[in-house]
Amino acid sequence: MFYREAGDFKTNYADDSQTFPIAFDRKAYYAAMFVAFCVIPLVINSYWEKSVLVPFLVWSIAALGLNILTGYCGQVSLGTGGFMAVGAFAAYKLMTAFPELNIFFVVFLSGGITALVGIAFGLPSLRIKGFYLAVATLAAQFFLVWLFNKVPWFYNYSASGQITAPERTVFGVIVTGPNAPSWATYLFCLTILFLLAWGARNLTRGRIGRSWMAIRDMDIAAEIIGVDPLKAKLSAFGVSSFYIGVAGALFFASYLGAAEVTEAFGINQSFLVLFMIIIGGLGSIFGSFAGAAFMVLMPVALKNLLVGGLGWPTDIAAHLELTIVGALIIFFLIVEPHGLAQLWRLTKEKLRLWPFPY
Amino acid sequence: MSPVFLNTLEVILNGLMAGVMYSLVALGFVLIYKASGIFNYAQGVMALFAALTLVGLQTGQVPFSHLINAIFGTEVHHFGWELPALVAIVLTLGVMVIFAILVERLVLRHLVGQEPIILFMATIGLAYFMEGFGDLMWGSDIKKLDVGLPSGGSFWLEDVTRGWAAEGADYYGMYIDLLDVWAAIVATILVVSLTLFSQYTKTGRALRAVADDHQAALSVGIDLRTIWVITWAIAGFVALVAGVMWGAKSGVQFSLSLIALKALPVLMLGGFTSIPGAIVGGLIIGVGEKLFEYAIGPMLGGATENWFAYVLALLFLVFRPQGLFGEKIIERV
Repeated sequence: MFYREAGDFKTNYADDSQTFPIAFDRKAYYAAMFVAFCVIPLVINSYWEKSVLVPFLVWSIAALGLNILTGYCGQVSLGTGGFMAVGAFAAYKLMTAFPELNIFFVVFLSGGITALVGIAFGLPSLRIKGFYLAVATLAAQFFLVWLFNKVPWFYNYSASGQITAPERTVFGVIVTGPNAPSWATYLFCLTILFLLAWGARNLTRGRIGRSWMAIRDMDIAAEIIGVDPLKAKLSAFGVSSFYIGVAGALFFASYLGAAEVTEAFGINQSFLVLFMIIIGGLGSIFGSFAGAAFMVLMPVALKNLLVGGLGWPTDIAAHLELTIVGALIIFFLIVEPHGLAQLWRLTKEKLRLWPFPY
Repeated sequence: MSPVFLNTLEVILNGLMAGVMYSLVALGFVLIYKASGIFNYAQGVMALFAALTLVGLQTGQVPFSHLINAIFGTEVHHFGWELPALVAIVLTLGVMVIFAILVERLVLRHLVGQEPIILFMATIGLAYFMEGFGDLMWGSDIKKLDVGLPSGGSFWLEDVTRGWAAEGADYYGMYIDLLDVWAAIVATILVVSLTLFSQYTKTGRALRAVADDHQAALSVGIDLRTIWVITWAIAGFVALVAGVMWGAKSGVQFSLSLIALKALPVLMLGGFTSIPGAIVGGLIIGVGEKLFEYAIGPMLGGATENWFAYVLALLFLVFRPQGLFGEKIIERV
């Protein structure tokens, strides 16, 4: 009854092409932003920050990035973990080399550096397609992790090979490292996610986004109608790596505080992000969030249920979690191959007709 | 002969042996890819699962003992018997066939006609599932696998090669693991029998028909589902062989499932659709990474084996996108 375009008159082009054409959606969006920015920081505690909210924000950024490359441009990548490592190490080097540099610049500069690395590893995509490309991106994953492990310059010759985030402030409040207050890291990550999600939404519906989708749907046909595959593919790799690099920088600086490259940025992270966008929905901004929320929340919920609720040993709970994650992925792929975003779309279609479905 | 030359020869020989092991895993990938167009990421975990089951059956472990103990507070671990290796292998084979049937029934049947990437993701889901399931069933501790294959260095070869070096040279003979030699022999037998099977039996011919063209195969009366079960069962068998060889070499543990990742560059190099490609690709990768590690690795800080295979395959693909023996990619709008 409330979910209608009716009565919402669009009087100019800007109104016509807005992201949320339905008034109810718009209000829900503003309400969600209000809760996220103004309410949650007041009630957040350390547990929710560390195990749910900040991981969700960081993985959402990574999922957005991979969704741009895989969901919008159709290039499957298994190198996400490696690119996140580039972002993290770039942030670390920038933070230690230029202590006065504002942390926002550090994060976005690390994204930029990752974008350059991503473009370099994206070059083979002009020749290699499909699974061959997916496997080729594994080269990036393993090579980058090995590089950060073996070249001491990257971790400033520290004895353990770990990188530890120094404390940096925004308006006098610490936002990185282990001593940062929960609400500060949360707001810091949220602000960056907000900016990036806004950017992603507008990139993907503009000229460049359309050229990505043309390449995804059929690259040769796209080339014939005048889309330059070189530009489209490399820009997708660049933008995607930028997002993933920012996610890596935040993951290291705000969430982990200290990281060891093989543990924090291994191949499992690549698969995790890939799962997020598959379960959430390929080629959908909302899907990236839904997938990230699902993959972050489910292990936490399972762990609380099995270890906290039933008192099982943690190792069995971990194995059962793997089993359930695997089964759920297969289940989702069978029931709804287009992910949670498609379910959301269907719900919205139903809602618009409700309560008179015909 | 100078020791440097002999050392290089040893590295090459060991690389060939390692390559055979990679080929064993890659073979399973190729079989499934040819028959159903599915890129089966779970192949490595299948090898782990098969090896776990084999060890579990051999030593008479109670399946799910940890889970049972956790739920009911009991203390069961072993049935108290030990099976001979051959019986355990046959039983494990049975388990892999049941697994193949279940995969077809529960997963593949519902995903017919989906995009390749969706199928690929499903096999990653399958890999996660089996990894957790195998650990739940048999426990996650490192197990020793012993099916009676000889292992350790060959003294005979050491003595012979020491004689080749110049008199008084600082050289102690080559080290080649007997297990690797056996693996090479088993792999050869496996490839030959698979080739014979696909060339000279009715089922084998049906398999090749399906690999060639699904629709045409269907129209001449070949049941696709049966073929898929057979393919997955054969892939399970190959996984078992790979699991036994790798398990005997380095113990049955989680890292066994990572050999799938090693097999991927082999596939890229050889082409996803070619059995000889898997073998040759495996040998090239094996020799290449061992030689690179021996010659250039120390300059770069070692452990180059982690990525060398991928980078080699990547560079190779840039010049030949379909791999060494892959079918030529023809694209139409």
